Amino acid sequence: MSQHYPALLVTVPLLSALLISILGWLSRRLCFPVAVAALCVALFSSVGLLFRVLNEDVVHYFLGGWAPPWGIAYRVDRLSAMVLVVVSAVALINLIATRRSVEREFPEKIGAFYTLYVLLITGLMGIVVTGDAFNLYVLLEITALTGYGLIAMGEDRAPLASLNYVYMGTIGACFYLLGVGYLYISTGSLNMADISAILPSLYGSRVVLVAFIICMVGVFLKMGFFPLHAWLPNAYTYAPSAVSSLVAPLMTKVMIYVMIRLILTVFTPTFTFSRLALNHSVVWLAVIAIFMGAVLALGARDMKRMLSYVIIAEVGYMVGGAWLGNRAGMTGAILHIANDAVMTLCVFLAVGNVVYRTGGYAFEDLKGMFRKMPYTMTGLVAGGLSMIGVPPTCGFFSKWYLISGGVQAGQYGFVAALVFSSLINAVLFFRIIEIGYYEPFGSDHGHGPAPAPMEEAPLSMVVPLLVVVVGLVVMGAYTGDIVSGIIAPMIP
Amino acid sequence: MSDFFSSVADYYNYLIYIVLMVIGLYAIIAKKNLVKKIVGMNIFQTAIILFYVSIGAKRGATIPIIEHGHGEAVHGAGSQAIKAAEYINPLPHVLMLTAIVVAVATLGVALALAIRVYNRYETLEEDEILAQLREK
Repeated sequence: MSQHYPALLVTVPLLSALLISILGWLSRRLCFPVAVAALCVALFSSVGLLFRVLNEDVVHYFLGGWAPPWGIAYRVDRLSAMVLVVVSAVALINLIATRRSVEREFPEKIGAFYTLYVLLITGLMGIVVTGDAFNLYVLLEITALTGYGLIAMGEDRAPLASLNYVYMGTIGACFYLLGVGYLYISTGSLNMADISAILPSLYGSRVVLVAFIICMVGVFLKMGFFPLHAWLPNAYTYAPSAVSSLVAPLMTKVMIYVMIRLILTVFTPTFTFSRLALNHSVVWLAVIAIFMGAVLALGARDMKRMLSYVIIAEVGYMVGGAWLGNRAGMTGAILHIANDAVMTLCVFLAVGNVVYRTGGYAFEDLKGMFRKMPYTMTGLVAGGLSMIGVPPTCGFFSKWYLISGGVQAGQYGFVAALVFSSLINAVLFFRIIEIGYYEPFGSDHGHGPAPAPMEEAPLSMVVPLLVVVVGLVVMGAYTGDIVSGIIAPMIP
Repeated sequence: MSDFFSSVADYYNYLIYIVLMVIGLYAIIAKKNLVKKIVGMNIFQTAIILFYVSIGAKRGATIPIIEHGHGEAVHGAGSQAIKAAEYINPLPHVLMLTAIVVAVATLGVALALAIRVYNRYETLEEDEILAQLREK
């Protein structure tokens, strides 16, 4: 059983997606339990894999018994095991938390929704476990196609936003595919481990250089790295709240994982940082991404758009950290994948709860919210504190690693951008707190109407949110173990 | 100059794919009609399919099926060695079967979204849609 974990991760959600789409016709009530069961299996296998990887270092799985480079191999190391646990846990928590809002927003399409949801997770899991460069492209497209469908289920402007995402996402995936083609020309292989074994003799080749750059451009497009981010804010804002809180924490983070996997495993850091003189330019791009993300977030008029721009800044953190070219920066980037997934989930779940009760996510909808929905607002504030980087929460620790990496590399622009963005995040979240806490009193000079009755979101939405809040603090507390046990052995 | 022409003749498959790719990219960026953008996207994908298919080809090679390749002829002691140069490389072509499926699926999703956009705004011109959005 346990040696089949890597296959179970992908096949169980894939087959249950088929099952759910059939059940959607027969009995809609069964769709949700099947989806939960599939993601439970996925979470169980990822945790099992994490423990196996901690003992054995790397787990290989050959699909159909074909050894690489001929067959498709799944390869799980500490980094991918960590991302697997994060992806499956976030997906499961979000699935449970958004059940009520899904039932209310599209009661007719429950079968279709859960089919796409589970397929999206299949794609993300596959991207993380696969050891084959072309297989990664296919899974990338599975993820993207289901994502387009899910986003388009949203409000009025969602189909247009989703269509713009289709154009950009397709170009991104095509660039990646083209890069893989160049790699295949020069190495004759598609297996990542095989490619990285052949590449060192070809480091001088211009084809390899082009392959690297094209792959990176594709991945940057997919993750919404600053000059290529145009699709992201609309897609994440107009998506249904159950989808925003799934896609926002996972998609960009898994793309960062792909970038780090390409740098660490396929091209090796020696090539990336010593052969190419690119790291300074990419770090400066990241600096611009962080600045622009922060400034645009300040100008946003509603919570979802504001958080989308915060995500663009966070992508800048991780890309910049990874490209600093030292251990601390890479540690910070990898740690931030996990931390950012959890805190983005936290704030988007809280916004989802607000949408469930008030029907809107503009700043005005937050008036008096601390009285009306105290637990939800606690979640929003906790997530916000983590995004600002206040110590007991996990956001502080990854930011600490990123900043110390920036200082070690002498990239003071990056350090300044991180500090600036933290300050802007503080402004953003304190504005929310101000609106939620003081607004109703402001208009009536203290003689306002009787305080609005408490109208918290249903328990099934609040409990997962509070679990995530606890997770923020727990992940902060165990940062040392995560870094020494999982991340440090990954960085050569 | 003759150098230039001979390099064009040698690498014409790459040149064609790059031209196609740029046409597709241009359409996606510059065209205002949503369906024209979808067409551009498809041209872009086709360019990459062309690139992959052309790298598998070899001059003077044949389809990768070994004649009389079953039975003792292969496994017996007297089997002749297979020369890779005589056969084209099938792997990129097989990869492109998958990529074609992906391209078709993307096209389907994109057209479905375009229909929903049309039903909502009664137009597929991006600037008219943006004008409608601005009015509100």
